[in-house]
Amino acid sequence: MNASTSVVRAKSNAERKTIRAERLKLLRRNKAFLVGAVILAFWLFIAAFGSMIAPHAYNAMDFMAVSKKPSGTYFFGTNKLGQDVFSRVLVGTQLIVWMSFTATALGTIVGGTLGLAAGYFKGWFDIILMRLLEAISAIPVLIVALLAIAALDGQSSGITVGVIGFVFAPNIARTVRAAVLSEAELEYVAAARLRAERTPHILFKEILPNVLPPIIVEFTVRLGYAIFAIATLSFLGAGVEAGSPNWGSQISENWAFIFSNIWWPTLFPAAAIASLAVSVNLISDGLLEVFEV
Amino acid sequence: MKKYILNRLGLSVVTIFIVATIVFFLTRILPGNVARRYLGRSATEEDLTKFNAKFGLDEPLFTQFYSWLGDLLTGDLGTSMAFNKPASELLLPAIGYSSRLALMSFLIIVPLSIAGGIIAAMNRGKLVDRILTVGGLSAAVIPEFVWAVTLILVFGVTLEVLPVTAFPTRGDPSLFSQIEHLILPSTALLLVLFGYIARITRASVIESLESDYMRTAVLKGLSRRRAVVTHVLRNALLPSIAVIASQVPYLVGGLVAVEIVFNYPGFGTILRDAVGGRDYAVLQSGVMLTSLVIVLFQLAADILFAVLNPRIRSRISE
Repeated sequence: MNASTSVVRAKSNAERKTIRAERLKLLRRNKAFLVGAVILAFWLFIAAFGSMIAPHAYNAMDFMAVSKKPSGTYFFGTNKLGQDVFSRVLVGTQLIVWMSFTATALGTIVGGTLGLAAGYFKGWFDIILMRLLEAISAIPVLIVALLAIAALDGQSSGITVGVIGFVFAPNIARTVRAAVLSEAELEYVAAARLRAERTPHILFKEILPNVLPPIIVEFTVRLGYAIFAIATLSFLGAGVEAGSPNWGSQISENWAFIFSNIWWPTLFPAAAIASLAVSVNLISDGLLEVFEV
Repeated sequence: MKKYILNRLGLSVVTIFIVATIVFFLTRILPGNVARRYLGRSATEEDLTKFNAKFGLDEPLFTQFYSWLGDLLTGDLGTSMAFNKPASELLLPAIGYSSRLALMSFLIIVPLSIAGGIIAAMNRGKLVDRILTVGGLSAAVIPEFVWAVTLILVFGVTLEVLPVTAFPTRGDPSLFSQIEHLILPSTALLLVLFGYIARITRASVIESLESDYMRTAVLKGLSRRRAVVTHVLRNALLPSIAVIASQVPYLVGGLVAVEIVFNYPGFGTILRDAVGGRDYAVLQSGVMLTSLVIVLFQLAADILFAVLNPRIRSRISE
């Protein structure tokens, strides 16, 4: 390694650090981002400790207390089976949180790798990948997921996570590819090539750190979509185990009772879905604003 | 221009072919299992063979794929395994109903979202702007079914001002009653799509407001309002067209959930039943028809975009 190449790299590292500090400062001043972060932190806490806080077992049925209004004993009331809605919402949190985070992480890793490769190698690999992406995005996410879940006979949350991750990968690949296309022209990549670094090293050690901001933004945007999709799929009864306290399943089991004015087993999980989805959206919006400045 | 349209058309055909390949092979990932999954555990080997022969499942996979493609091209959508009748008899009326709901929703969503974007842009940075953009995008991330049940609870059950099904059940429904029944389902879809369309419209209106031609228009004495109507809107609506076309897949996805909540006999309901009943022919053809509609919309938007945008038009004719 000679002096000039190490300068190229050191400079970009130092620049990166200043930019990062600058952005963190902006984020701390962004009210929407802070509100989102607080709400998400709350749900992450509930996801971790919800089953310990829950006053009742989520599946315990009390046939003496069926469809009871919210009260001191049952904060969110009980459903038609006499199950405590409050406990079910708490316990259901970890399901949607782990499913949406894992699905998004999977999509980001697969899509990010494909995007890095497509942007760096270009040529036929890029062309084929882009065609495939366009085709996949011509089918609504929800419908691909339904189709795949039906085909894989998957009444399991694991399969749903895999399917959502796979469906998201193309979109993430597209974002990463666009970022890599402009990066790959820069000096430090040429320098790394001159040093005869191996391709995986250039891709993951040199280019990846510089395209992380769009990847982080894309991750949070996709996380919001994952919550949206997983909640909807569980509402449709696809890809979740029967009797699970998944928020979407709770709504699908109980919403017909709103016509008899029994709104609590539906409204509380609905509010939970809404607040989790909105919190993630506020975070991704804040990141988008800061990273694009 | 002709070359551009042909090029886009060609790409659309390629896209549809890839979709067909994905759809077909996705339902056959576990080979030979279609009959078993459909007939259940108690089916004998003989039942399975008969079933496979009836639906052509005993042929090699690629032969099945090509004959399925050929059938699709001639408009044969296959046979529903659950109802034992042509899938088209189930799908076409359902798609008709869904289009009605989609059209009604579009008629509400497009003007309202564009108006919202324009209002936000004209009041940039003020409270109205914050409410429209942050509120719109927050509403957009909440799933349609959550909106649907909430709307039913508020307007159907508590206030009792609007019908809670999407379809008039009794007597001969008048046009008014039909529209009235579609208001809540369309609103659920509006809440999800408003934010995206309004955001793009807002961004492009702001860009136009800051442009040189806008300054010229104001300097030559046009009132701000007049300048906005004659200059800004024309330019700002272009990106809105593109984003509206890109929202069609989400609208279709949203229809599935909304139709089920509002008990509407559309495509979504059929699709859910087909998933539940493992009715592969209906599933495959249904997904193909959806993708076809989406691809056609995108093609139309691309062409419209090119026709309306002189910069792209000139680049194409070069």
